[in-house]
Amino acid sequence: MTRQIRITDTTLRDGSHAMSHRFTEEQVRSTVHALDAAGVEVIEVTHGDGLGGSSFNYGFSLTDDITLISAAVQEAARAKIAVLLVPGIGTMADLQRSREAGASVARIATHCTEADVSVQHFGIARELGMETVGFLMMAHRTGAAELARQARIMVDAGAQCVYCVDSAGALLLGDAQERIQALIRQVGGEAQVGFHGHQNLALGVANSVLAYQNGALQIDGSLCGLGAGAGNSPTEVLAATFDRLGIETGIDVHATLAAADEIVRPFLPRLPWTDRASIVQGYAGVYSSFLLHAEHAADRYGVPVQDILERVAEHGYVGGQEDMLIDVALQLAREREAAGAATPA
Amino acid sequence: MPRRAPRGTVLMETAAGRKERSDARNATVTPPPTPTPPPTPTPPPPPAAIVGPGNIGTDLLAKLRRLDGLDVTYMVGVVESEGLDRARELGVAASADGIDWLLRQDPLPRIVFEATSARAHQAHAPRYAEAGITAIDLTPAHVGPMVCPPVNLSEHLDAPNVSMISCGGQATIPIVHAVSRVVPVPYAEIVASVASRSAGPGTRANIDEFTHTTAASLESVGGAARGKAIVVLNPVEPPMIMRDTVFCAIPADADTDAIAASVHAMVAEVQQYVPGYTLRADPQFDPPAAAWDGHGRVAVFLEVRGNGDYLPEYAGNLDIMTAAAARVGELLAIQMAVEA
Repeated sequence: MTRQIRITDTTLRDGSHAMSHRFTEEQVRSTVHALDAAGVEVIEVTHGDGLGGSSFNYGFSLTDDITLISAAVQEAARAKIAVLLVPGIGTMADLQRSREAGASVARIATHCTEADVSVQHFGIARELGMETVGFLMMAHRTGAAELARQARIMVDAGAQCVYCVDSAGALLLGDAQERIQALIRQVGGEAQVGFHGHQNLALGVANSVLAYQNGALQIDGSLCGLGAGAGNSPTEVLAATFDRLGIETGIDVHATLAAADEIVRPFLPRLPWTDRASIVQGYAGVYSSFLLHAEHAADRYGVPVQDILERVAEHGYVGGQEDMLIDVALQLAREREAAGAATPA
Repeated sequence: MPRRAPRGTVLMETAAGRKERSDARNATVTPPPTPTPPPTPTPPPPPAAIVGPGNIGTDLLAKLRRLDGLDVTYMVGVVESEGLDRARELGVAASADGIDWLLRQDPLPRIVFEATSARAHQAHAPRYAEAGITAIDLTPAHVGPMVCPPVNLSEHLDAPNVSMISCGGQATIPIVHAVSRVVPVPYAEIVASVASRSAGPGTRANIDEFTHTTAASLESVGGAARGKAIVVLNPVEPPMIMRDTVFCAIPADADTDAIAASVHAMVAEVQQYVPGYTLRADPQFDPPAAAWDGHGRVAVFLEVRGNGDYLPEYAGNLDIMTAAAARVGELLAIQMAVEA
């Protein structure tokens, strides 16, 4: 049966956040091997914040991206290896190096209203002969019409698919649906549309199904849901759900279940979970990747992690501003100290 | 760039709105005291020109007019514009005939501030040099040495052309230098967050240029062995004030008190020309970590609030460029006066 939808697995990219960017080459090899054998066509391998993400701000990679990409390319018999690039963090030179290492899909991500910073990167990706995907992050932060206008900028720049990326896991069913519809109306004749969900409000899979029903042809998942916040739509659940709906993904359900349970789960420090902090992320609309950084700042400065995340939502911080979590924690600590000083003992 | 036009318009309306408010304030409040004249007769201040009458050029004009040591005589564009009209209203000779017109003027400017584009400055730079005019370049052309006033201007006062690097560079190099003058800095990383409205089409079309230039300047000017720069555009309303975070790897046994004191001293120096340049908190020190190759870390959190001269206050990223360029002009003019 012809494949009707393409699932891109991002265990080894979005999952990097949940691993504090400490993937080993062996973990990458075994995961790629299992995904490839299960029939997953595209496997994304990069630091969680994309090429060049290894930093104080986001966390240093244990193994550099190029080494991991090369290993993934070697392991994949059929699958294409994708990389993420966030303009402002990574550069065209990073993209070129990933291409030389064998990556063949360039996924270029911007905040949902800032697509024009990606124009030069789509240009170079196409010149390098890469398949191109545009990633409009934090899609809950703008309306469907504006999201479609931003998708148009990416497609005009050379994107062959544009994703509605629910980075905060904040889109509620109809929100995802109307955004996908708007993207299809705007770019449908010229490019595909995709959806990337998070589980902060446990709607990643449901939103993905709605996305497909409204015309999306590419969907992201990760094994065991490994990813930022409460995790991503689990690849194995997507495979099973689409199979039950009679929608062909080209993926062997039992093989993905085995990959999740036998390959990925044993190396996880913790399973992604809808805990208090990650639910706050979905509820208040906070970039999922902030979770571990907020936890760290909460420990360091003795303030509640959910307070940090709620304050971050009030300030409207966007992906990439991980430094602001420390700034907010410092501010909250000062406020608590002032309140404590004002209260008689 | 029709899509960008509304943003630019909003930015200009904001500035105009603020001007009205400030006019209203001036009408009801005692006028500011006139500056005291210099104690001894001095030679007339050197004539200067601004090439590029856009938002940056107009903000720069406002800053330069507050300086006694420099006389902005010319404003130059290539088409008639509001910027040229604004300059004429202030009594500045303004022309839409480009630098051909400027280079025919008598007297010629001694200093030209270029606020056009990299391409334009590359074309103009040799002509300024030929005419003996010192160029202060606010574009990303980087024809001359990269200059950050409190760090290395004294080394380049004789250069015929100096580059103002990038907004992120002007905001963060002083801090990297403040750390690297106390301890070796094997790695410095900066994160610049700017309001979407303050990032113009030129920046957006070539954001890698910002990343590369700023990272390189953290090394060559800031004194770090290796530099990395990150820039984030945030569209939140009301717009966020520019924020910069500087992370430096430092030796495990670094004297943290000395580093903190050096950072505080540097912030005070930058405040001389950017009053809204402030620390959000004391420098934060983290103990050595294996993931940091055994280094410790200092993190410095900065806010850069613009002076609101023509550009809105949130656009600290643009303000620090015009303020730093004005500072360079001011110090160059003093040097010219001394030489005269």
